[in-house]
Amino acid sequence: MADLRLTGLTKRFGALTAVDDLHLEVHSGSFFALLGASGCGKTTTLRMVAGLTEPTGGQIRIGDDDITRLRPYRRPVNTVFQSYALFPHLSVHENVAFGLRRRRQRDIDRQVADMLALVQLDGFGPRRPAGLSGGQQQRVALARALINHPRVLLLDEPLGALDLNLRRRMQIELKRIQTEVGVTFVHVTHDQEEAMTMADTVAVMNAGRIEQLGPPAQLYDLPGTPFVATFLGQSNLLAAHSEPGGENGELPVSAYGGRFTVPRDRCRAATATVYLGVRPEKLHLAGSPDAVPPGHQHVAGVVTDIAYVGVSTQYLVRTGWGTELSVFAPSTGAEERPELGAPVVAYWHSRHAFLLDRPDGAGDRTAPADLSVDVRA
Amino acid sequence: MPYLLILPAGLWLIVFFVVPAVQLFATSLYDPSGSLATGYAMTGDLGNYPRALGDYWPQLLRSLGYAAVATLACLALGFPLAYAIALKAGRWRNMLLVAVIAPFFTSFLIRTLAWKTILSDTGVLVGLLRHAHLLGADGRLLATPFAVVAGLTYNFLPFMVLPLYASLERFDRRLLEAAGDLYAGPVAGFRRVTLPLAAPGIVAGTLLTFIPAAGDYVNAQLLGTPRTAMIGNVIDSAFLVRLDYPSAAALSFVLMFAILVLTVGYLRRVGAGALDAVS
Ligand SMILES: Nc1ncnc2c1ncn2[C@@H]1O[C@H](COP(=O)(O)OP(=O)(O)O)[C@@H](O)[C@H]1O
Ligand SMILES: [Mg+2]
Repeated sequence: MADLRLTGLTKRFGALTAVDDLHLEVHSGSFFALLGASGCGKTTTLRMVAGLTEPTGGQIRIGDDDITRLRPYRRPVNTVFQSYALFPHLSVHENVAFGLRRRRQRDIDRQVADMLALVQLDGFGPRRPAGLSGGQQQRVALARALINHPRVLLLDEPLGALDLNLRRRMQIELKRIQTEVGVTFVHVTHDQEEAMTMADTVAVMNAGRIEQLGPPAQLYDLPGTPFVATFLGQSNLLAAHSEPGGENGELPVSAYGGRFTVPRDRCRAATATVYLGVRPEKLHLAGSPDAVPPGHQHVAGVVTDIAYVGVSTQYLVRTGWGTELSVFAPSTGAEERPELGAPVVAYWHSRHAFLLDRPDGAGDRTAPADLSVDVRA
Repeated sequence: MPYLLILPAGLWLIVFFVVPAVQLFATSLYDPSGSLATGYAMTGDLGNYPRALGDYWPQLLRSLGYAAVATLACLALGFPLAYAIALKAGRWRNMLLVAVIAPFFTSFLIRTLAWKTILSDTGVLVGLLRHAHLLGADGRLLATPFAVVAGLTYNFLPFMVLPLYASLERFDRRLLEAAGDLYAGPVAGFRRVTLPLAAPGIVAGTLLTFIPAAGDYVNAQLLGTPRTAMIGNVIDSAFLVRLDYPSAAALSFVLMFAILVLTVGYLRRVGAGALDAVS
C-alpha cells in the first residue's frame, strides 16, 4: 500500500526549476531514501510534503487524502529538520511534548518519557537543548517528531551535522528505531553509503528529477543511467555501439575495435549509442589473454597506478586507446599482484556488464581511483 | 584592574547622582514653613511626605496610568514594527532603523510642539475626524488625556522598538516552521515560540518606556490641561513656580519609590518568568 504518493510535483523559483515533474510512491512502513547531490531539490521536495513550500504544480497524497493545499499544522506528517530547529527556550521534555500539547493529548509525561527512552535520552528531560551535544540534539529532534505518530516522518539530512563516527552509529540507531515504531521514513541524504545501508528503497535524484528508484542492491547491480552508475558507487563506462544480431540472449557491442556481449536483460539503452559499464570490483586482472577464464571478456592495458587500501588494492589500467580503467582487487591473499608498468588484461564476466544510453559524442567515463595510500613509495 | 575600569563611571554616578540624591532627600526633610528668602531649617520632618501625597495622589496615579497606557500603546505599535524590520524588511532594514531613530535629530520640545499643531482644533486631523463624525462638531483632541497619552506614545516609541528589534533580530524563523510542523497554527506559534523568545526585548522595552514616561511633564504641559497634569508637572511647578522645595523633593522621592516598587514587582512576576520562559 502506498502511503505517500507524489504525482507531477513541480516547484519553480523564478526561472529555476528546483523540482521537475516528480513522480514517486513510498510504501507504508518502508524506509525510503531520497539520494542526490547538494542542490538537486531534495529539501524542496521534503518541504512541499511538509507544507512549508507551496508546489508550483502536481499533487501530494497520503493514503487516499489529497494534502497538496493543506496547511502544515493540518498534515499527518512530521519533520526532523537539518538544523534540528529545537526550541531554545523550552526544556528537552517540553520540546518533545510540543506537538502533543498542541493537540491536547493526555498522558503527556508518560509518552515523553517513553519516547526519550526510545532515543536513549532517559533523564535528559529537564535539560535545555543548548546544553546537549550534536548527537543528543539530533535525538531530541527525532523524538519531538516521532512522538506524534506521523503517517510519514520526513528527515532532511538528519545526520549531516555529525562527525563520521557518530554518523555511522546513528545510522544503525535510526534504522533500529524505524523498525521498532514501523513509521514510514523518508530520509534525505547526499551520502550514498548512508542511503544504501539504511533504506529499503533508494530514489536517486538529479536536477529536480528522479533518475532511478529501487532497492539498493538492484540499483547498484544494474544502474539505469550514467548518473546513477557513477553517483551510486563507481563505474567504468566505455563509449560503445550496440551491433545487430546476437544469440542466447546476448547483445553484441563494439568498442574501440573490440567486440563484447552483454545479456539483453542488462541493457538499459534505447538506442545504439551506448555505454558499456562494468563496476571496478567486477574487473579482474591477468597477465595475458591466455589466463582469462572461459566465458569472460577482456581488454588489454598497462598498470599505471597501484593504491593499497587494506581490504583491497585499487589499480588503474591504461587501455590501448588511453582510457584509465579502475580495478578493485580484494585482498584475499591468493591474488596475483601485477607491478606498476606491467602489461595486463582486465577481464569481466558478461553477466556483470550493463548497457546504458550514451549522449551522442560523449566519451568514456571512468571512476577516479582512490590513491590515498600509495604502495610505490 | 576591574575597579580601575569602573572608576570613571563610578565617579560620574557619585558626583551627578548620589550627591544630588542625598541633597534632594535632605531637602525633603526641611521645615516646610521656610522659604527661599528666609532659608530652611533642617527639622528632619517626615511630614512632608504624607502632606505631599495627600495633596497630589491624583496626579501620581494619573502619571502611572498614562505611562502604563502609553507603554501598552508603544508595545502594540512597536512589536509589529520591530518584527517587520527584523524579519521582513530585507535590504530596507537599515533604512527603517534610521527612520525609527530619526526623530531624535530634533529636540524633544520641538517634536511635542509639532504634535500640538497636528492635534489642534483647526488642524487637518480634527477636521477629518469631525467630517467622518468620529468626533462631534465641537469635539477636540488637544487638551484631552488622549493627546497626552498620544504624545507620550510618540515620544517614547523608539525606546520600545529598539530593544524589541534587538531580540527579534536574533529570532530564527525556522523555529516557526518547526512549530507549524508540530501542529501549532499561526496564533499558537506566536504565543509559544515568538513571544517567549522576544520576552527579553519586551521586558527591556516596557521598562525603558514606562519609567521615563511616568516622570515626563513636557507632554502634559504642551498637549494637556491642568486636569491632565502629571506628577512631573506638579514637581516642576513646586520647584520653579511656588518655590516649595521640601514638597517638590518629597514628591520626587515618592515618584522614584513608586516606580522602583512597580519595576521590581514587574520583573519578579513577568520579567524573570519570561526571561526564563518555560510554557
Ligand atoms: N527559497 C528559494 N528561493 C530560490 N531558490 C531556491 C529556494 N530554495 C531552494 N532554491 C534552489 O532550488 C534548488 C534546490 O534546492 P534544495 O531543494 O535546497 O536542494 P538540496 O536540498 O537537494 O540540496 C537549489 O538550486 C536552490 O538554490
Ligand atoms: Mg538540502
